[in-house]
Amino acid sequence: MHIPDGFLSHGINAATFAISAGACAYGVKRVNQNFGEKEIPLMGVTAAFIFAAQMINFPIAGGTSGHFLGAVFSSVLLGPWASLLIMTIVLIVQCLGFADGGLTALGSNIFNMGVIGSLGGYGIFSFIYALSQKSRRGFFVALAVSSWLSIVMGASAAAIELALSGTSPLIITLPAMAGTHALIGIGEAIITTTAVSLILRTRPDLVTSYSPSTPSFPRNGRRVGEEVGGGL
Amino acid sequence: MKKRLGGFIWIGLGASLLLALFLSPFASSSPDGLEKVAETKGFSEKGEEWTSWKYAPFSDYSIPWIKNEKVSTAFSGLIGTLAIFFIAIGIGKVTKRSTTQKILFLMILSCFLSLRGFA
Repeated sequence: MHIPDGFLSHGINAATFAISAGACAYGVKRVNQNFGEKEIPLMGVTAAFIFAAQMINFPIAGGTSGHFLGAVFSSVLLGPWASLLIMTIVLIVQCLGFADGGLTALGSNIFNMGVIGSLGGYGIFSFIYALSQKSRRGFFVALAVSSWLSIVMGASAAAIELALSGTSPLIITLPAMAGTHALIGIGEAIITTTAVSLILRTRPDLVTSYSPSTPSFPRNGRRVGEEVGGGL
Repeated sequence: MKKRLGGFIWIGLGASLLLALFLSPFASSSPDGLEKVAETKGFSEKGEEWTSWKYAPFSDYSIPWIKNEKVSTAFSGLIGTLAIFFIAIGIGKVTKRSTTQKILFLMILSCFLSLRGFA
């Protein structure tokens, strides 16, 4: 759902750019507080994985394709603010290096996929996870629902921006965008739950959002950053 | 117990590079969700009128001098994945530095970018 140049009005682009820039500035501050020098390579490898996975378009119904977004995936691993920064870096490189998404629409793309995808997606994830009283099953339900919703909400936001820009009326674009992305979101939910469960099985300490009420593995109560030995 | 991150980082990066190199050439080339909606709802030509950034070296995930489409996509993905890895780490490291060092970094970066623009 990378929006190209020309779809959105300059007013919408400026407004979303301001919101995205503000969110990123605050995100840098939060990441700075919470992350140690040793956790930086984790951000690098997560961003690299998301970029590579985003290249792999899978076909959905009706001659349409979709690809992984990774907003909920990265926010469950590293927290929503680090996830927002990762999505921003990926989107900037895709825009400047690969002409994927317009430079004028960069603010809107960061808004749809970073602010709504990462921050909004993580909000929904934590809400459902808390409702489930932090059970293992609840963790995966929350993961699947929030990653599906992150796609549908991002696409709906794009439809609203298109309507506000006078490109296409909301009554036509919103059902089309939400409907198509409801299918793409299923792929997102499958990839996100599979990838997170793989990491949970091998390195549970790296999934910072997973805090089961009855720990299945010994936890020493320290934060991830403190038990990190190696790095680059 | 100390758990090393190094192994995980290299395994993760290796897996990502393999994805980019061997799966991306076989990705579906159908229009994505937004492109399809733009086509069917009749506003796709609005996105083809102009582009604000014409200097993308790997436009549409291909390397201009590699004619084979699949090889071209695979190597652009490889370069992009490596680049993102180092850029993200670089940005992460810079945010940990003092304000003076950040300003210095921004100045060097803008010099580098403007040099490339003129070249």
